[in-house]
Amino acid sequence: MFYDRLRWEEKELMKAAEKEGFKLKVADTKSLHLNPSQRLNEEFGSLALQRCISHYRGLYLSALLETAGLRVINSFKTTHICGDKLLTSLTLFKAGLPIPRFAVAFTSEAAIKAIEKLGLPVVFKPVVGSHGRFVSMVNDMSLARSLLEHIEALGNGLHRVHYIQEYIDKPSRDIRVVVVGGEVVASIYRYAPDGEWRTNVAVGGRAEPCKLPPEVEELALRAAEAVGGEVVGVDLMESKEEVLVNEVNPTVEFKGASLSTGIDVALKVIKYVKEVAKK
Amino acid sequence: MKVKCPECGGDVPIPDDVVIGEIVSCPDCGQEYEVYELSSEGPRIKPAEVAAEDWGE
Repeated sequence: MFYDRLRWEEKELMKAAEKEGFKLKVADTKSLHLNPSQRLNEEFGSLALQRCISHYRGLYLSALLETAGLRVINSFKTTHICGDKLLTSLTLFKAGLPIPRFAVAFTSEAAIKAIEKLGLPVVFKPVVGSHGRFVSMVNDMSLARSLLEHIEALGNGLHRVHYIQEYIDKPSRDIRVVVVGGEVVASIYRYAPDGEWRTNVAVGGRAEPCKLPPEVEELALRAAEAVGGEVVGVDLMESKEEVLVNEVNPTVEFKGASLSTGIDVALKVIKYVKEVAKK
Repeated sequence: MKVKCPECGGDVPIPDDVVIGEIVSCPDCGQEYEVYELSSEGPRIKPAEVAAEDWGE
């Protein structure tokens, strides 16, 4: 297992491996310097569980490990798609899954036109980013213009890719489904904290267990499959008409899902990794 | 187990089952530290990485 910050999840994975008698070597990605001709499989084994909190660190580590012949969970491709909201939406769209309407624009002027076409309110999201950071709800055009000025001033080229999503009028919650090896292992509602519309546990969202109807479980599994995800967190939103797939998280945090449901998600992950290692 | 906070001198509690890489924080000043070594004289800590824009799940 490669990590860069030992979160609750990584500690649970270590405990679960011990419980299962599975030899899990733990490596701090921050201290590594690697090249693809190193015999990395001798050092780390043939299978890697990539658990970096830094998206780019995890992404490029995966590329290097795969080039050196290791099998990485999740794959470079999955992390690449899921780490980028635009690539995720395009992949889910191509797979025919229900997603919120969205538009991409490459300049502020074009972004304004995109908002006019989608209709207010809209949600601005950085294409790379998590925990709800910089995700903004925009409900009037003057706010949209000033937000765009701020975004332009950020300087990072990636921020000039404007991902604009229709705002879904939903209950103050969304659904997080943890999928491991093509199976739903836990699902929770995430409620937005008071005075906040974002439901991320990282912004103080509250987790509660939920029982999903089979067709919604099926939707989560199809979303995981579309991105080639083996251990992922699928985020679903309940619009008035149907359940929509919002995002897929490639290094899923499952503290909320584990503690609120009592399901040992880490153990399910380790059991899956063990199965893959046997093959 | 406790170690002195290099920032403010407070006592940073270290759990008994501490593992290398674990994040601990000083209850006095809030600084977060990463345990990087478990030596005979006790755990050694260094400032933990600060959240970056690409952090997430």
